Amino acid sequence: MTILNHELRMGRKTLAIWTAAIGGFIACCVFLFPEMAGQMKTVSNIFASMGAFTAAFGMDRLNFGTLTGFYAIECGNILGIGGALFASMLASNMLCKEEKEHTAEFLLTHPVTRMRVVTEKLASLLVQTVIMNAVVFLLAIASVAAIGYEIPWKELALLHGANLLVQLELEAICFGISAFLRRGGLGIGMGLTICFYFLNLIANLSKQAKFLKYITPFGYAEGADLLSDGRLNPEYLAVGMCFAAVGIVAAFWQYGKKDIH
Amino acid sequence: MNAIETKQLTKFYGSARGIENLDLSVEQGDFFGFIGPNGAGKSTTIRTLLGLISPTGGSASVLGLDIRREKPQLLSRVGYLPSEITFYPGMKVSQVLRLSARLRNKNCDREAAELCSRLQLDVSRRVEDLSLGNRKKVGIVCALQHSPELLILDEATSGLDPLMQREFFEILQERNREGTTVFLSSHVLSEIQHNCSRAAIIRGGKIVASGAVSELADSGARRVQLRGQLDLTGLTGIRGLSQAGDSMSFLYSGDLPALLGRLAQGKVQDLTIAEPDLEEIFLHYYESEADEK
Repeated sequence: MTILNHELRMGRKTLAIWTAAIGGFIACCVFLFPEMAGQMKTVSNIFASMGAFTAAFGMDRLNFGTLTGFYAIECGNILGIGGALFASMLASNMLCKEEKEHTAEFLLTHPVTRMRVVTEKLASLLVQTVIMNAVVFLLAIASVAAIGYEIPWKELALLHGANLLVQLELEAICFGISAFLRRGGLGIGMGLTICFYFLNLIANLSKQAKFLKYITPFGYAEGADLLSDGRLNPEYLAVGMCFAAVGIVAAFWQYGKKDIH
Repeated sequence: MNAIETKQLTKFYGSARGIENLDLSVEQGDFFGFIGPNGAGKSTTIRTLLGLISPTGGSASVLGLDIRREKPQLLSRVGYLPSEITFYPGMKVSQVLRLSARLRNKNCDREAAELCSRLQLDVSRRVEDLSLGNRKKVGIVCALQHSPELLILDEATSGLDPLMQREFFEILQERNREGTTVFLSSHVLSEIQHNCSRAAIIRGGKIVASGAVSELADSGARRVQLRGQLDLTGLTGIRGLSQAGDSMSFLYSGDLPALLGRLAQGKVQDLTIAEPDLEEIFLHYYESEADEK
Protein backbone atom coordinates (compact mmCIF):
# COMPACT_ATOMS: atom_id res chain seq x y z
CA MET A 1 0.00 0.00 0.00
CA THR A 2 3.03 2.32 0.29
CA ILE A 3 3.12 3.13 -3.42
CA LEU A 4 -0.67 3.60 -3.51
CA ASN A 5 -0.56 5.99 -0.55
CA HIS A 6 2.39 7.82 -2.05
CA GLU A 7 0.58 8.26 -5.38
CA LEU A 8 -2.54 9.54 -3.62
CA ARG A 9 -0.44 11.99 -1.64
CA MET A 10 1.39 13.23 -4.74
CA GLY A 11 -1.85 13.60 -6.69
CA ARG A 12 -4.05 15.17 -4.04
CA LYS A 13 -3.77 18.78 -5.27
CA THR A 14 -4.58 17.83 -8.87
CA LEU A 15 -7.49 15.73 -7.66
CA ALA A 16 -8.83 18.58 -5.53
CA ILE A 17 -8.56 21.13 -8.36
CA TRP A 18 -10.24 18.94 -10.99
CA THR A 19 -12.94 17.78 -8.58
CA ALA A 20 -13.70 21.34 -7.53
CA ALA A 21 -13.71 22.54 -11.14
CA ILE A 22 -16.00 19.81 -12.52
CA GLY A 23 -18.26 19.74 -9.46
CA GLY A 24 -18.38 23.54 -9.34
CA PHE A 25 -19.32 23.92 -13.01
CA ILE A 26 -22.03 21.27 -12.71
CA ALA A 27 -23.45 22.96 -9.60
CA CYS A 28 -23.42 26.34 -11.40
CA CYS A 29 -25.34 24.86 -14.33
CA VAL A 30 -27.90 23.30 -11.99
CA PHE A 31 -28.33 26.64 -10.18
CA LEU A 32 -28.99 28.32 -13.53
CA PHE A 33 -31.77 25.87 -14.42
CA PRO A 34 -34.70 27.42 -12.41
CA GLU A 35 -34.01 30.80 -13.95
CA MET A 36 -33.89 29.31 -17.42
CA ALA A 37 -36.82 26.92 -16.93
CA GLY A 38 -39.35 29.64 -17.78
CA GLN A 39 -37.69 30.34 -21.12
CA MET A 40 -37.06 26.69 -21.89
CA LYS A 41 -39.87 26.23 -24.38
CA THR A 42 -38.28 28.78 -26.70
CA VAL A 43 -34.78 27.54 -25.98
CA SER A 44 -35.81 23.93 -26.64
CA ASN A 45 -37.32 24.91 -29.96
CA ILE A 46 -34.11 26.75 -30.91
CA PHE A 47 -31.91 23.84 -29.88
CA ALA A 48 -34.19 21.34 -31.65
CA SER A 49 -33.90 23.21 -34.94
CA MET A 50 -30.13 23.40 -35.29
CA GLY A 51 -29.87 20.41 -37.62
CA ALA A 52 -26.65 18.44 -37.41
CA PHE A 53 -25.51 20.32 -34.30
CA THR A 54 -28.69 19.21 -32.53
CA ALA A 55 -28.11 15.58 -33.47
CA ALA A 56 -24.41 15.67 -32.61
CA PHE A 57 -25.16 16.52 -29.00
CA GLY A 58 -28.26 14.32 -28.78
CA MET A 59 -30.52 17.32 -28.30
CA ASP A 60 -33.02 15.97 -30.82
CA ARG A 61 -33.94 13.23 -28.34
CA LEU A 62 -33.83 15.21 -25.11
CA ASN A 63 -36.20 17.78 -23.73
CA PHE A 64 -34.09 20.75 -22.73
CA GLY A 65 -37.02 22.06 -20.74
CA THR A 66 -36.83 19.28 -18.16
CA LEU A 67 -34.21 19.06 -15.42
CA THR A 68 -33.00 15.65 -16.61
CA GLY A 69 -32.79 16.75 -20.27
CA PHE A 70 -30.99 19.94 -19.30
CA TYR A 71 -28.69 18.03 -16.94
CA ALA A 72 -27.86 15.34 -19.51
CA ILE A 73 -26.81 17.93 -22.11
CA GLU A 74 -25.15 20.65 -20.04
CA CYS A 75 -23.81 18.80 -17.02
CA GLY A 76 -23.27 15.58 -18.99
CA ASN A 77 -20.85 17.36 -21.29
CA ILE A 78 -18.99 19.00 -18.41
CA LEU A 79 -18.66 15.67 -16.62
CA GLY A 80 -17.98 13.81 -19.86
CA ILE A 81 -15.19 16.02 -21.19
CA GLY A 82 -13.81 17.17 -17.84
CA GLY A 83 -13.83 13.73 -16.28
CA ALA A 84 -12.34 12.09 -19.36
CA LEU A 85 -9.54 14.66 -19.62
CA PHE A 86 -8.77 14.25 -15.91
CA ALA A 87 -8.70 10.45 -16.25
CA SER A 88 -6.51 10.42 -19.35
CA MET A 89 -4.17 13.02 -17.87
CA LEU A 90 -3.64 10.94 -14.73
CA ALA A 91 -3.29 7.62 -16.51
CA SER A 92 -1.11 8.65 -19.45
CA ASN A 93 1.61 9.81 -17.06
CA MET A 94 1.24 7.17 -14.41
CA LEU A 95 3.87 4.64 -15.51
CA CYS A 96 6.25 6.95 -17.38
CA LYS A 97 6.44 9.92 -15.02
CA GLU A 98 9.03 8.17 -12.84
CA GLU A 99 11.40 7.98 -15.80
CA LYS A 100 10.54 11.48 -16.99
CA GLU A 101 11.13 12.97 -13.54
CA HIS A 102 14.13 10.68 -12.84
CA THR A 103 12.59 9.11 -9.73
CA ALA A 104 12.38 5.59 -11.24
CA GLU A 105 15.88 4.77 -10.00
CA PHE A 106 14.82 5.65 -6.45
CA LEU A 107 11.59 3.64 -6.55
CA LEU A 108 12.79 0.56 -8.40
CA THR A 109 15.95 -0.01 -6.40
CA HIS A 110 13.76 -0.69 -3.38
CA PRO A 111 12.51 -4.25 -2.86
CA VAL A 112 9.30 -3.84 -4.84
CA THR A 113 8.36 -5.97 -7.84
CA ARG A 114 7.36 -4.28 -11.08
CA MET A 115 4.04 -6.13 -10.75
CA ARG A 116 3.44 -4.44 -7.40
CA VAL A 117 4.32 -1.02 -8.81
CA VAL A 118 1.84 -1.44 -11.67
CA THR A 119 -0.86 -2.83 -9.38
CA GLU A 120 -0.60 -0.05 -6.81
CA LYS A 121 -0.39 2.68 -9.44
CA LEU A 122 -3.46 1.23 -11.14
CA ALA A 123 -5.23 1.13 -7.78
CA SER A 124 -4.32 4.78 -7.19
CA LEU A 125 -5.95 5.69 -10.52
CA LEU A 126 -9.08 3.83 -9.51
CA VAL A 127 -9.21 5.43 -6.06
CA GLN A 128 -8.68 8.96 -7.39
CA THR A 129 -11.30 8.49 -10.09
CA VAL A 130 -13.85 7.09 -7.66
CA ILE A 131 -13.19 9.92 -5.19
CA MET A 132 -13.58 12.56 -7.92
CA ASN A 133 -16.81 11.02 -9.21
CA ALA A 134 -18.27 10.47 -5.74
CA VAL A 135 -17.66 14.09 -4.73
CA VAL A 136 -18.99 15.41 -8.05
CA PHE A 137 -22.10 13.19 -7.70
CA LEU A 138 -22.71 14.44 -4.17
CA LEU A 139 -22.31 18.04 -5.33
CA ALA A 140 -24.76 17.38 -8.16
CA ILE A 141 -27.32 15.86 -5.77
CA ALA A 142 -26.83 18.70 -3.30
CA SER A 143 -27.25 21.36 -5.98
CA VAL A 144 -30.44 19.76 -7.34
CA ALA A 145 -31.78 19.58 -3.78
CA ALA A 146 -30.76 23.21 -3.24
CA ILE A 147 -32.88 24.47 -6.16
CA GLY A 148 -35.88 22.64 -4.70
CA TYR A 149 -36.40 20.04 -7.43
CA GLU A 150 -37.07 16.40 -6.81
CA ILE A 151 -33.82 14.49 -7.24
CA PRO A 152 -33.95 12.21 -10.33
CA TRP A 153 -31.89 9.50 -8.63
CA LYS A 154 -32.05 6.92 -11.40
CA GLU A 155 -31.18 9.31 -14.24
CA LEU A 156 -28.35 10.99 -12.33
CA ALA A 157 -26.93 7.65 -11.21
CA LEU A 158 -27.07 6.37 -14.79
CA LEU A 159 -25.37 9.47 -16.23
CA HIS A 160 -22.67 9.60 -13.56
CA GLY A 161 -22.16 5.84 -13.56
CA ALA A 162 -21.74 5.76 -17.35
CA ASN A 163 -19.22 8.60 -17.22
CA LEU A 164 -17.31 6.79 -14.48
CA LEU A 165 -17.04 3.79 -16.81
CA VAL A 166 -15.86 6.07 -19.65
CA GLN A 167 -13.13 7.43 -17.39
CA LEU A 168 -12.09 3.96 -16.26
CA GLU A 169 -11.85 2.73 -19.85
CA LEU A 170 -9.80 5.75 -20.91
CA GLU A 171 -7.58 5.30 -17.88
CA ALA A 172 -6.95 1.67 -18.69
CA ILE A 173 -6.05 2.48 -22.32
CA CYS A 174 -3.82 5.43 -21.38
CA PHE A 175 -2.26 3.42 -18.54
CA GLY A 176 -1.25 0.76 -21.06
CA ILE A 177 0.18 3.41 -23.38
CA SER A 178 2.12 5.03 -20.55
CA ALA A 179 4.04 1.79 -19.96
CA PHE A 180 5.59 2.19 -23.43
CA LEU A 181 6.59 5.84 -22.95
CA ARG A 182 9.60 7.43 -21.29
CA ARG A 183 8.98 11.14 -21.62
CA GLY A 184 5.42 11.63 -20.37
CA GLY A 185 2.23 10.96 -22.24
CA LEU A 186 0.05 13.95 -21.40
CA GLY A 187 -0.32 15.00 -25.05
CA ILE A 188 -1.11 11.48 -26.21
CA GLY A 189 -3.68 10.95 -23.46
CA MET A 190 -5.44 14.26 -23.98
CA GLY A 191 -5.30 13.90 -27.76
CA LEU A 192 -6.78 10.42 -27.64
CA THR A 193 -9.61 11.62 -25.39
CA ILE A 194 -10.48 14.51 -27.69
CA CYS A 195 -10.40 12.14 -30.69
CA PHE A 196 -12.79 9.74 -28.93
CA TYR A 197 -15.09 12.65 -28.08
CA PHE A 198 -15.27 13.83 -31.68
CA LEU A 199 -15.76 10.27 -32.93
CA ASN A 200 -18.89 10.14 -30.81
CA LEU A 201 -20.14 13.45 -32.24
CA ILE A 202 -19.56 12.07 -35.76
CA ALA A 203 -21.37 8.84 -34.82
CA ASN A 204 -24.35 10.93 -33.68
CA LEU A 205 -24.47 12.78 -37.02
CA SER A 206 -24.72 9.87 -39.41
CA LYS A 207 -26.17 6.37 -39.29
CA GLN A 208 -23.30 5.21 -41.49
CA ALA A 209 -20.85 6.33 -38.83
CA LYS A 210 -22.77 4.62 -36.04
CA PHE A 211 -20.14 1.87 -35.87
CA LEU A 212 -17.79 4.45 -34.31
CA LYS A 213 -19.76 4.04 -31.10
CA TYR A 214 -18.08 0.65 -30.73
CA ILE A 215 -14.70 2.41 -30.73
CA THR A 216 -15.29 5.46 -28.57
CA PRO A 217 -16.13 5.09 -24.89
CA PHE A 218 -18.35 8.17 -25.17
CA GLY A 219 -20.66 5.96 -27.25
CA TYR A 220 -22.17 4.25 -24.23
CA ALA A 221 -22.32 7.44 -22.12
CA GLU A 222 -24.50 9.43 -24.51
CA GLY A 223 -27.03 11.24 -22.32
CA ALA A 224 -29.84 10.99 -24.89
CA ASP A 225 -29.42 7.20 -25.20
CA LEU A 226 -29.12 6.70 -21.46
CA LEU A 227 -32.28 8.65 -20.63
CA SER A 228 -34.36 7.20 -23.46
CA ASP A 229 -33.20 3.57 -22.98
CA GLY A 230 -32.83 3.73 -19.21
CA ARG A 231 -29.61 1.68 -19.47
CA LEU A 232 -26.14 1.56 -21.02
CA ASN A 233 -25.79 -0.07 -24.40
CA PRO A 234 -24.33 -3.47 -23.44
CA GLU A 235 -22.60 -4.02 -26.79
CA TYR A 236 -20.72 -0.72 -26.74
CA LEU A 237 -19.87 -1.27 -23.09
CA ALA A 238 -18.59 -4.81 -23.67
CA VAL A 239 -16.28 -3.67 -26.48
CA GLY A 240 -15.10 -0.77 -24.31
CA MET A 241 -14.29 -3.05 -21.42
CA CYS A 242 -12.32 -5.27 -23.80
CA PHE A 243 -10.23 -2.23 -24.80
CA ALA A 244 -9.72 -1.50 -21.10
CA ALA A 245 -8.60 -5.07 -20.43
CA VAL A 246 -6.10 -4.89 -23.31
CA GLY A 247 -4.71 -1.63 -21.87
CA ILE A 248 -4.22 -3.14 -18.42
CA VAL A 249 -2.65 -6.36 -19.72
CA ALA A 250 -0.32 -4.30 -21.94
CA ALA A 251 0.72 -2.21 -18.93
CA PHE A 252 1.67 -5.26 -16.85
CA TRP A 253 3.38 -6.97 -19.78
CA GLN A 254 5.43 -3.98 -20.95
CA TYR A 255 6.34 -2.46 -17.58
CA GLY A 256 7.43 -5.87 -16.30
CA LYS A 257 10.14 -6.16 -18.93
CA LYS A 258 11.07 -2.60 -19.89
CA ASP A 259 14.52 -1.19 -19.28
CA ILE A 260 14.44 1.78 -16.94
CA HIS A 261 16.69 4.64 -18.02
CA MET B 1 29.65 -17.08 -1.75
CA ASN B 2 30.60 -13.86 -3.51
CA ALA B 3 28.72 -10.63 -2.89
CA ILE B 4 28.67 -9.96 -6.64
CA GLU B 5 29.35 -12.54 -9.32
CA THR B 6 28.85 -11.96 -13.02
CA LYS B 7 29.52 -14.50 -15.75
CA GLN B 8 29.74 -13.34 -19.35
CA LEU B 9 27.25 -10.60 -18.46
CA THR B 10 26.28 -8.72 -21.60
CA LYS B 11 24.01 -5.77 -22.30
CA PHE B 12 23.46 -4.25 -25.70
CA TYR B 13 21.21 -1.23 -26.27
CA GLY B 14 20.07 -2.16 -29.75
CA SER B 15 23.37 -2.37 -31.58
CA ALA B 16 25.22 -0.18 -29.07
CA ARG B 17 27.46 -1.99 -26.61
CA GLY B 18 26.86 -1.45 -22.90
CA ILE B 19 28.89 -4.30 -21.40
CA GLU B 20 30.13 -7.43 -23.12
CA ASN B 21 31.03 -10.78 -21.57
CA LEU B 22 31.78 -9.11 -18.26
CA ASP B 23 33.23 -11.38 -15.60
CA LEU B 24 33.39 -9.77 -12.21
CA SER B 25 33.57 -11.17 -8.73
CA VAL B 26 33.42 -9.21 -5.50
CA GLU B 27 33.97 -11.17 -2.31
CA GLN B 28 31.80 -10.63 0.74
CA GLY B 29 33.35 -8.10 3.08
CA ASP B 30 35.37 -6.44 0.29
CA PHE B 31 35.72 -2.70 -0.09
CA PHE B 32 35.77 -2.91 -3.86
CA GLY B 33 36.59 -0.14 -6.32
CA PHE B 34 35.13 -0.07 -9.83
CA ILE B 35 37.03 2.25 -12.13
CA GLY B 36 36.37 3.35 -15.67
CA PRO B 37 35.80 6.46 -17.78
CA ASN B 38 32.46 7.66 -19.11
CA GLY B 39 30.83 5.11 -21.38
CA ALA B 40 33.02 2.24 -20.20
CA GLY B 41 30.00 0.36 -18.82
CA LYS B 42 30.13 1.13 -15.07
CA SER B 43 26.55 2.38 -14.80
CA THR B 44 25.28 -0.34 -17.16
CA THR B 45 26.87 -2.96 -14.90
CA ILE B 46 25.32 -1.43 -11.78
CA ARG B 47 21.88 -0.95 -13.37
CA THR B 48 21.92 -4.53 -14.60
CA LEU B 49 22.85 -5.87 -11.16
CA LEU B 50 19.98 -3.88 -9.63
CA GLY B 51 17.45 -5.08 -12.20
CA LEU B 52 16.75 -1.67 -13.71
CA ILE B 53 17.77 -3.05 -17.10
CA SER B 54 17.72 -6.64 -18.33
CA PRO B 55 20.91 -8.29 -19.53
CA THR B 56 20.98 -9.51 -23.11
CA GLY B 57 23.28 -12.37 -22.16
CA GLY B 58 25.18 -14.05 -19.36
CA SER B 59 24.21 -14.32 -15.73
CA ALA B 60 24.77 -12.51 -12.48
CA SER B 61 24.07 -13.01 -8.82
CA VAL B 62 24.15 -10.59 -5.93
CA LEU B 63 24.55 -12.02 -2.42
CA GLY B 64 23.92 -15.43 -3.98
CA LEU B 65 20.57 -14.33 -5.43
CA ASP B 66 19.86 -14.36 -9.16
CA ILE B 67 19.38 -10.81 -10.47
CA ARG B 68 16.39 -11.79 -12.62
CA ARG B 69 14.49 -14.29 -10.51
CA GLU B 70 15.13 -13.05 -6.98
CA LYS B 71 15.20 -9.29 -7.45
CA PRO B 72 13.03 -8.15 -4.51
CA GLN B 73 14.91 -10.38 -2.03
CA LEU B 74 18.17 -9.10 -3.45
CA LEU B 75 17.16 -5.43 -3.29
CA SER B 76 16.03 -5.77 0.33
CA ARG B 77 19.64 -6.58 1.24
CA VAL B 78 21.29 -3.93 -0.93
CA GLY B 79 21.71 -0.19 -0.47
CA TYR B 80 22.21 1.86 -3.62
CA LEU B 81 23.41 5.41 -4.09
CA PRO B 82 23.08 6.64 -7.70
CA SER B 83 25.44 9.23 -9.15
CA GLU B 84 22.59 11.67 -9.77
CA ILE B 85 19.72 11.33 -7.39
CA THR B 86 16.26 12.85 -7.77
CA PHE B 87 13.45 12.69 -5.26
CA TYR B 88 9.73 13.38 -5.51
CA PRO B 89 9.07 17.13 -5.50
CA GLY B 90 7.16 18.63 -2.61
CA MET B 91 8.46 16.12 -0.08
CA LYS B 92 10.48 16.91 3.00
CA VAL B 93 13.69 15.02 3.68
CA SER B 94 12.03 13.22 6.61
CA GLN B 95 9.18 12.10 4.32
CA VAL B 96 11.62 10.77 1.70
CA LEU B 97 13.49 8.80 4.36
CA ARG B 98 10.22 7.39 5.75
CA LEU B 99 9.02 6.50 2.24
CA SER B 100 12.27 4.64 1.57
CA ALA B 101 11.95 2.77 4.89
CA ARG B 102 8.31 1.88 4.22
CA LEU B 103 9.17 0.56 0.77
CA ARG B 104 11.58 -1.72 2.61
CA ASN B 105 8.95 -2.53 5.21
CA LYS B 106 11.40 -1.57 7.96
CA ASN B 107 11.54 0.92 10.78
CA CYS B 108 14.81 2.76 10.21
CA ASP B 109 14.11 5.82 12.40
CA ARG B 110 17.01 5.28 14.81
CA GLU B 111 19.59 4.58 12.13
CA ALA B 112 18.31 7.46 9.96
CA ALA B 113 18.52 9.91 12.87
CA GLU B 114 22.11 8.90 13.59
CA LEU B 115 23.17 9.19 9.94
CA CYS B 116 21.45 12.57 9.54
CA SER B 117 23.23 13.81 12.64
CA ARG B 118 26.64 12.66 11.40
CA LEU B 119 26.05 14.10 7.92
CA GLN B 120 24.50 17.31 9.33
CA LEU B 121 21.34 16.86 7.28
CA ASP B 122 18.29 18.98 8.10
CA VAL B 123 15.30 16.64 7.70
CA SER B 124 12.72 19.43 7.82
CA ARG B 125 13.73 20.92 4.46
CA ARG B 126 12.03 20.20 1.16
CA VAL B 127 14.13 18.12 -1.20
CA GLU B 128 13.79 20.54 -4.12
CA ASP B 129 15.33 23.29 -1.97
CA LEU B 130 18.46 21.25 -1.25
CA SER B 131 21.86 21.74 -2.84
CA LEU B 132 23.43 18.90 -4.82
CA GLY B 133 25.56 17.94 -1.81
CA ASN B 134 22.59 17.83 0.56
CA ARG B 135 20.55 15.81 -1.93
CA LYS B 136 23.48 13.41 -2.02
CA LYS B 137 23.33 13.16 1.76
CA VAL B 138 19.63 12.20 1.55
CA GLY B 139 20.64 9.50 -0.93
CA ILE B 140 23.37 8.28 1.41
CA VAL B 141 20.92 7.97 4.31
CA CYS B 142 18.41 6.14 2.07
CA ALA B 143 21.15 3.74 1.01
CA LEU B 144 22.46 3.10 4.52
CA GLN B 145 19.52 3.42 6.92
CA HIS B 146 18.34 -0.19 6.53
CA SER B 147 21.84 -1.55 7.28
CA PRO B 148 22.30 -3.42 3.98
CA GLU B 149 24.73 -6.28 3.50
CA LEU B 150 25.95 -4.79 0.23
CA LEU B 151 26.36 -1.12 -0.65
CA ILE B 152 26.53 -0.14 -4.31
CA LEU B 153 27.73 3.44 -4.65
CA ASP B 154 27.97 5.21 -7.99
CA GLU B 155 30.14 8.34 -7.94
CA ALA B 156 29.30 8.59 -4.28
CA THR B 157 31.14 11.75 -3.31
CA SER B 158 30.22 14.10 -6.16
CA GLY B 159 28.79 17.24 -4.62
CA LEU B 160 30.03 16.52 -1.09
CA ASP B 161 32.49 18.95 0.47
CA PRO B 162 35.84 17.51 1.68
CA LEU B 163 34.75 17.36 5.33
CA MET B 164 31.58 15.49 4.42
CA GLN B 165 33.56 13.19 2.14
CA ARG B 166 35.79 12.31 5.06
CA GLU B 167 32.81 11.66 7.33
CA PHE B 168 31.14 9.60 4.61
CA PHE B 169 34.19 7.40 4.12
CA GLU B 170 34.50 6.98 7.89
CA ILE B 171 30.91 5.68 7.93
CA LEU B 172 31.68 3.36 5.01
CA GLN B 173 34.82 2.04 6.71
CA GLU B 174 32.84 1.40 9.90
CA ARG B 175 30.16 -0.46 7.97
CA ASN B 176 32.82 -2.42 6.11
CA ARG B 177 34.46 -3.44 9.39
CA GLU B 178 31.04 -4.65 10.56
CA GLY B 179 30.84 -6.91 7.50
CA THR B 180 29.11 -4.80 4.85
CA THR B 181 30.50 -5.26 1.35
CA VAL B 182 31.10 -1.92 -0.36
CA PHE B 183 31.14 -1.65 -4.16
CA LEU B 184 32.35 1.83 -5.04
CA SER B 185 32.24 3.06 -8.61
CA SER B 186 34.32 6.19 -8.98
CA HIS B 187 36.35 8.41 -11.25
CA VAL B 188 38.34 9.69 -8.29
CA LEU B 189 41.19 7.24 -8.19
CA SER B 190 42.59 8.51 -4.90
CA GLU B 191 39.27 7.48 -3.30
CA ILE B 192 39.76 3.95 -4.58
CA GLN B 193 43.41 3.85 -3.58
CA HIS B 194 42.79 5.15 -0.07
CA ASN B 195 39.68 3.14 0.73
CA CYS B 196 39.43 0.01 -1.37
CA SER B 197 41.18 -3.26 -0.80
CA ARG B 198 40.37 -4.61 -4.26
CA ALA B 199 39.40 -3.00 -7.54
CA ALA B 200 38.53 -3.69 -11.16
CA ILE B 201 39.13 -1.51 -14.18
CA ILE B 202 36.48 -1.57 -16.89
CA ARG B 203 37.19 -0.51 -20.45
CA GLY B 204 35.00 -0.83 -23.50
CA GLY B 205 32.43 -2.86 -21.55
CA LYS B 206 34.99 -5.43 -20.36
CA ILE B 207 37.06 -5.88 -17.23
CA VAL B 208 40.67 -5.25 -18.24
CA ALA B 209 42.26 -5.64 -14.81
CA SER B 210 41.07 -6.83 -11.45
CA GLY B 211 42.72 -7.61 -8.15
CA ALA B 212 44.08 -6.11 -4.97
CA VAL B 213 44.61 -2.37 -5.28
CA SER B 214 48.24 -2.83 -4.17
CA GLU B 215 48.76 -5.42 -6.94
CA LEU B 216 47.07 -3.25 -9.55
CA ALA B 217 49.32 -0.36 -8.64
CA ASP B 218 52.32 -2.69 -8.79
CA SER B 219 52.17 -3.21 -12.53
CA GLY B 220 55.92 -3.48 -12.95
CA ALA B 221 56.00 0.00 -14.43
CA ARG B 222 58.03 2.72 -12.74
CA ARG B 223 57.75 6.47 -12.80
CA VAL B 224 61.16 7.86 -13.78
CA GLN B 225 61.93 11.52 -13.13
CA LEU B 226 65.34 12.98 -13.83
CA ARG B 227 67.25 16.18 -14.41
CA GLY B 228 70.05 16.20 -16.97
CA GLN B 229 70.53 14.68 -20.40
CA LEU B 230 69.52 11.18 -21.44
CA ASP B 231 69.18 9.56 -24.84
CA LEU B 232 66.07 7.37 -24.93
CA THR B 233 66.34 6.41 -28.59
CA GLY B 234 65.59 2.73 -29.15
CA LEU B 235 64.45 2.15 -25.57
CA THR B 236 61.07 0.36 -25.51
CA GLY B 237 58.37 0.51 -22.80
CA ILE B 238 58.30 4.28 -22.39
CA ARG B 239 54.96 6.04 -22.01
CA GLY B 240 53.85 9.50 -21.03
CA LEU B 241 57.17 11.15 -21.76
CA SER B 242 57.26 14.80 -20.77
CA GLN B 243 60.21 17.14 -21.00
CA ALA B 244 60.62 20.67 -19.64
CA GLY B 245 64.06 22.29 -19.88
CA ASP B 246 66.56 19.75 -18.60
CA SER B 247 63.87 17.82 -16.64
CA MET B 248 62.34 14.65 -17.97
CA SER B 249 59.59 12.34 -16.70
CA PHE B 250 58.18 9.12 -18.09
CA LEU B 251 56.53 5.84 -17.15
CA TYR B 252 58.83 2.89 -17.84
CA SER B 253 57.71 -0.74 -18.17
CA GLY B 254 60.59 -2.06 -20.30
CA ASP B 255 63.79 -3.90 -19.45
CA LEU B 256 65.28 -2.38 -16.27
CA PRO B 257 69.00 -3.19 -16.99
CA ALA B 258 68.64 -1.49 -20.38
CA LEU B 259 67.33 1.64 -18.66
CA LEU B 260 70.11 1.55 -16.05
CA GLY B 261 72.70 1.23 -18.85
CA ARG B 262 71.32 4.34 -20.55
CA LEU B 263 71.25 6.22 -17.26
CA ALA B 264 74.91 5.36 -16.70
CA GLN B 265 75.80 6.65 -20.19
CA GLY B 266 73.78 9.85 -19.83
CA LYS B 267 74.59 13.02 -17.89
CA VAL B 268 72.07 12.64 -15.10
CA GLN B 269 72.27 15.16 -12.26
CA ASP B 270 69.23 14.03 -10.27
CA LEU B 271 67.12 10.89 -10.46
CA THR B 272 63.95 9.48 -8.87
CA ILE B 273 62.52 6.06 -9.73
CA ALA B 274 59.24 5.35 -7.93
CA GLU B 275 56.15 3.16 -8.12
CA PRO B 276 53.40 4.90 -10.10
CA ASP B 277 50.17 5.65 -8.28
CA LEU B 278 46.82 4.15 -9.30
CA GLU B 279 46.01 7.17 -11.40
CA GLU B 280 48.98 6.49 -13.63
CA ILE B 281 48.06 2.82 -13.89
CA PHE B 282 44.54 3.84 -14.82
CA LEU B 283 45.85 6.19 -17.49
CA HIS B 284 48.08 3.40 -18.77
CA TYR B 285 45.02 1.25 -19.40
CA TYR B 286 43.23 4.06 -21.17
CA GLU B 287 46.18 5.07 -23.22
CA SER B 288 46.27 1.45 -24.37
CA GLU B 289 42.65 1.82 -25.40
CA ALA B 290 43.45 4.97 -27.35
CA ASP B 291 46.37 3.18 -29.01
CA GLU B 292 44.08 0.35 -30.06
CA LYS B 293 41.70 2.85 -31.61
